[in-house]
Amino acid sequence: MIYLFYALSVLTVISAAVVIASRSPMYSAMALVATFFFLAGIYAMLVAHTIAILQVLVYAGAIMVLFLFVIMLLSLQEAPRTTRIRPHHVVGALTAAGLFFVLVVAISRLQPGTSTELPATFGTIGSLGAQLYTQWLLPFEAVSLLLLVAMVGAVVVAKSRV
Amino acid sequence: MEGTIPLSNFLILAALLFSLGVFGVLVRRNALVVFMCVELMLNASNLTFLAFARDQGVDVGHIPALFVIAVAAAEAAIGLAIIIAVFRSRGTVNVDDLRTMRL
Repeated sequence: MIYLFYALSVLTVISAAVVIASRSPMYSAMALVATFFFLAGIYAMLVAHTIAILQVLVYAGAIMVLFLFVIMLLSLQEAPRTTRIRPHHVVGALTAAGLFFVLVVAISRLQPGTSTELPATFGTIGSLGAQLYTQWLLPFEAVSLLLLVAMVGAVVVAKSRV
Repeated sequence: MEGTIPLSNFLILAALLFSLGVFGVLVRRNALVVFMCVELMLNASNLTFLAFARDQGVDVGHIPALFVIAVAAAEAAIGLAIIIAVFRSRGTVNVDDLRTMRL
């Protein structure tokens, strides 16, 4: 179990690094798909099957197809091959390393939870749906409205003339 | 349950992913890749939600993750539309070349 977790984490981090490091946006997108798949595996290890499936469907499926369409539509050239380290690389690395340090310090002070017994319906579609349509109904409807607005907005913005 | 993985492992993985995303946003100049790094950061936050839900034994933490995925879909649609519009008017998606609104 723990070895599966380590394998998936290492693969996730490697593919996330490839997203940042590769010069062609197409390779970045492919590495991002791989990252989402490995993360879906980790979600499944957290007994979040529903979210893992949604991750594959929505992220690795819908969103990444959108990315690939745009990459092919724009037909971008590759980033120039530079090994020179520019100032913003150093600033970015320092910021990210500082952020990681702060987060690790915060995590190390965390008290672990007491309950490890999960209810039988933990993370099932039925359980999530029941909560979504009762307790979280208003946010759920707000998200549906947001998706509608985003859809119309995307068409208006991307069209050359309306 | 034997072989339960401690919560901190998941949180540190999420922190690492989030930091990688921040690094990518700050370092990469291609707007599309910057956008992908934002998606990485969103996924890191999702992982934190799910890890805490598993730790506390209540699956209400899965609901925000669901909303994050939905909002990410909306954000991807709008963001990519803006990138297409910018590319059409400027012929580039390099964020260094888009400095009209900079002082």
